[in-house]
Amino acid sequence: MPETKATDQKANEYGYRSFLLGKFRFERDEYFAHLAWPDGSHTIQVDAFLRALMRDISWNFFYGIVNFDGVFGTTNHYGNVDVFAGLYNAGYTNQNKQYVENFNSEQVRDLFAAMLDDWTNEGFDPFAAPAETGSPFGSKHGSNRAAITRKRLVAERMVGLAGDIAKRSDAAGNPVNRQFVDVNQDEPEVHAEPGFENEVHAFNFFAYVSRSDVTWNPSVCSAVKESQVCATTEEFMLPIIHGNDRVEWFVQLTDEIHWDIQDRDTGVPRARVIMKPGDVAAMPADIRHQGYSPKRSMLLVWENNDSTLPELYAKKRLKPNPVDF
Amino acid sequence: MTQHRTRFGSIEKYEKGGVQVINDDPRNYVFSNIFEVASKSEPYEKVAVGKNLKYVLEAVRAEGTSAWYAAGHDEAAIVMDGEVEIRLVKPDTPLVSEDHEGTTMLEGNPKGRRMGHIIARRGHMALLPKGAAYQFHATKPGVILLQTLRGDLTVERWKDICQK
Repeated sequence: MPETKATDQKANEYGYRSFLLGKFRFERDEYFAHLAWPDGSHTIQVDAFLRALMRDISWNFFYGIVNFDGVFGTTNHYGNVDVFAGLYNAGYTNQNKQYVENFNSEQVRDLFAAMLDDWTNEGFDPFAAPAETGSPFGSKHGSNRAAITRKRLVAERMVGLAGDIAKRSDAAGNPVNRQFVDVNQDEPEVHAEPGFENEVHAFNFFAYVSRSDVTWNPSVCSAVKESQVCATTEEFMLPIIHGNDRVEWFVQLTDEIHWDIQDRDTGVPRARVIMKPGDVAAMPADIRHQGYSPKRSMLLVWENNDSTLPELYAKKRLKPNPVDF
Repeated sequence: MTQHRTRFGSIEKYEKGGVQVINDDPRNYVFSNIFEVASKSEPYEKVAVGKNLKYVLEAVRAEGTSAWYAAGHDEAAIVMDGEVEIRLVKPDTPLVSEDHEGTTMLEGNPKGRRMGHIIARRGHMALLPKGAAYQFHATKPGVILLQTLRGDLTVERWKDICQK
């Protein structure tokens, strides 16, 4: 495996450390993350870079491809990860200018986590919407470890059951988000006979979601075998462009999201999908997508967690679209 | 300071978005709206609005009292509109084998112990635990989004419900 380490233990003139991942080099200054690899380099606005980095770490590289933008990103092979530049950009691949290195997942996660920790300043929360957090810019000042070490919530069966993910409340430190103050917080009436208290179960799903303090970060709320209903609150824009390695589905629970859909491998635009409350749409296995949510909205992301699927889609044993009609 | 208003849909009032094609087939996105589907469904018809191989999301119009159902696996019901009562019974003997996929409709009333009941309104999610018999009741039309597996009762009419 290629060498992975933080370099220059001494910080640069802006107070930030630089990092090496194989032959990738990462540096930041007051406004930008600067990436370099043999025969190439790239610049990303540092707020966008940190928001993307936060999701990539938190999701453990997620399902498929996490494009930080049109050039740089990661591909999850579930145990190992490709870190790439230009691999899914027709301009690069047509000229054979793409660059890829494969690493053990832990190596990448550890280095990305160290980079995120060093580059995140006090007052900036990369999970928050821009209107509810401070600035990431400028020379290094403090840190925000609490914000960047949140644990992803994965219900085994359903939120609120004994031993599963707990419900959210004011008392637990989960206030209703400022854009969801009109969401009803009443609980369902649950009348369980003795002995069935952990089987007769319901909770206010919308209230739970309204109390999320992160954006664009799906958490599993109910699981039926490998079928996972995940919920997420969306505001501003998805900080990554997600390239699918399987079909996923969206159900718009409230408000509105606009999705740009591109070809997964080239980035060529294919469609726009406008989703309003009650709308359901599939994201095929051969696309990438990025969403825009003008007001904080609730989105149900429905995933199939079957670990055999990426190979079946990659070998074209499954069609990229989920339904023929 | 802006007062933000959260927009929901309902069976009586919904507004659809849609797929704007650049270079694609809109059918790839299997685009529908659960309130529109429920507005055109029979009570307790289980219409698939999402399908991921053997798994489905079904839009169910809740109206009146349903038959009794059971499944060999958990199911989850999200009330998207209206108020729905869910009645639960633990059958004396298993009614559905654990390897049977999807919802099974039972004949008559199941024999067993009352487990309890739930009254759920918009935004509430309820567990339909594996092996339990359950029945829905809604005084006024409502909408349930059901997380389950494709089964004998799943209705697939994609041509009718999706953007083409």
